Amino acid sequence: MSGIRIENLNVWFGEHEARVDAVKAASLAVPKGGSFGLVGESGSGKSTILRALTGLVPTWNGRMEVLGQPLGKKRDRGFYRSVQMVFQDPYASLHPRHSVDQVLGETLSLHGFRDIDERISKLLDDVGLGDAFRFRYPHQLSGGQRQRVAVARALAPEPEILLLDEPTSALDVSVQAEILNLLSDLRKEHNLTYLMVSHNLAVVGHLCTDIAVMQLGEIVETLSVEKMRAQQTSHPYTRHLLASSLGAIKTSQPQE
Amino acid sequence: MSKAAERNLLEVENLWVKFPTRSGVFDAVRGISFSLGRERLGIVGESGSGKSMTGRAILRLIRPPGIVRADRIALAGENLMLLSERQMRSVRGQRISMIMQDPKFSLNPVMRVGEQISEAYRLHADTSRAAAKQKSLEMLEAVKIRDPERVYTLFPHEVSGGMGQRIMIAMMMIPDPKILIADEPTSALDVSVQMQVLEIMDKLVKDRGMGLIFISHDLNLVSAFCDRVLIMYAGRVVETCRADRLHEATHPYTRGLLNSLPRLDAPVERLEVLKRDPAWRNEDSISGQT
Repeated sequence: MSGIRIENLNVWFGEHEARVDAVKAASLAVPKGGSFGLVGESGSGKSTILRALTGLVPTWNGRMEVLGQPLGKKRDRGFYRSVQMVFQDPYASLHPRHSVDQVLGETLSLHGFRDIDERISKLLDDVGLGDAFRFRYPHQLSGGQRQRVAVARALAPEPEILLLDEPTSALDVSVQAEILNLLSDLRKEHNLTYLMVSHNLAVVGHLCTDIAVMQLGEIVETLSVEKMRAQQTSHPYTRHLLASSLGAIKTSQPQE
Repeated sequence: MSKAAERNLLEVENLWVKFPTRSGVFDAVRGISFSLGRERLGIVGESGSGKSMTGRAILRLIRPPGIVRADRIALAGENLMLLSERQMRSVRGQRISMIMQDPKFSLNPVMRVGEQISEAYRLHADTSRAAAKQKSLEMLEAVKIRDPERVYTLFPHEVSGGMGQRIMIAMMMIPDPKILIADEPTSALDVSVQMQVLEIMDKLVKDRGMGLIFISHDLNLVSAFCDRVLIMYAGRVVETCRADRLHEATHPYTRGLLNSLPRLDAPVERLEVLKRDPAWRNEDSISGQT
């Protein structure tokens, strides 16, 4: 069964002269349990695909399917139970006056869970925080800890699909490594499907098996990470992106 | 004055930045020393390592209750620690200027960008409005902005991030400072735009014989772009090395940072996680003076 299937998706903002086509005829498929990365520069429409998928953008047409179910204009509760999103900036995505306990408790009760108390402990444990963090407020947490809370919140309804919108770009490299390890562990443990957006090819290459490269709202190339590593790309823009990332890597080789 | 001191644009000796809190004094920067010649000096570290505070302390941009202490911060031999606030104002912008991370927050949202650049120029040079505009247009051209006449009349929300940062560079360069402090100037930008902005900054710095302090968390970027690097941890300099030799760094903290980067050419199952040794905190700061 496919996890996510998108065919000929168009997303636009504004009307008439002010209309901007943010995503043009995008198609992609992520198998269940797979991990797929979307890369491209800002404004290329990669985040817009995620937002359209979660129902945050009403102006779209085309076909989107999640776990075999076609998506309409409205999403039901079952959808939000199976699809969750982690946002870029953990400083902005947590309510500053809600403790970790409240953040997770609210999500759990919205999804109709009863054993909230045990579940919060379990979730905090899953993301490597532990009960000591339960009654802290976001300002008492570091960036990495906040992102762990955001991941815990996304895991609360026991989703099958996680949409990751630049989950590490606001974090330090050392913390980025922790979060990336956490995300790959969680994927194995819970058999999750990931659709990740990032501008960092190395990060996508680490977490994903397939990637789609976007430019100006279009998917210009879809390829496996192995092919990308071997630099077997067909589109000049992919090559350009790869060259700028590999340029950074070349200098990172110790000099013989 | 020694030879080295003459060659150096800036010398910092034993700089401390302290913030009194309810639970005692927090030392954000703990006694660091370094010098800056006509070079590109990178300062890397994680958030909270004190790298930005170092940049701000030089320009005395740390407001009370924060405290800046230093034996000496010498700009071309003149000790900035002894200057009055009024004298300091003539240093900022004119002799040392600073580019911040996000142009969205550092440009005035209700003023045309061109007027902001002109204002920066007129504040330090006694010229007419028309001459300042002419100079601003030239500066916009120098930062590779096509059609400067049109961009001059735009408001900050009408320009992209990369263009905004180039406008900031134009504004900071127009008084012709000797030193530029760039605090994460490209972190808010796309990879492809990043290189372009860096190239422009690099060219201007080189052509004018300026000194650049480049503050960043991105090891690869610093290694590729700078001449010399200071690595900061917990308010101290733990290691200093030539930028192109950064990847031969020996301090376990630097090594840990380098190893925690995912790499496209060398995939690994699990990324190495930095293990912090409490002893690093108490090590003496390494001098970055030359």
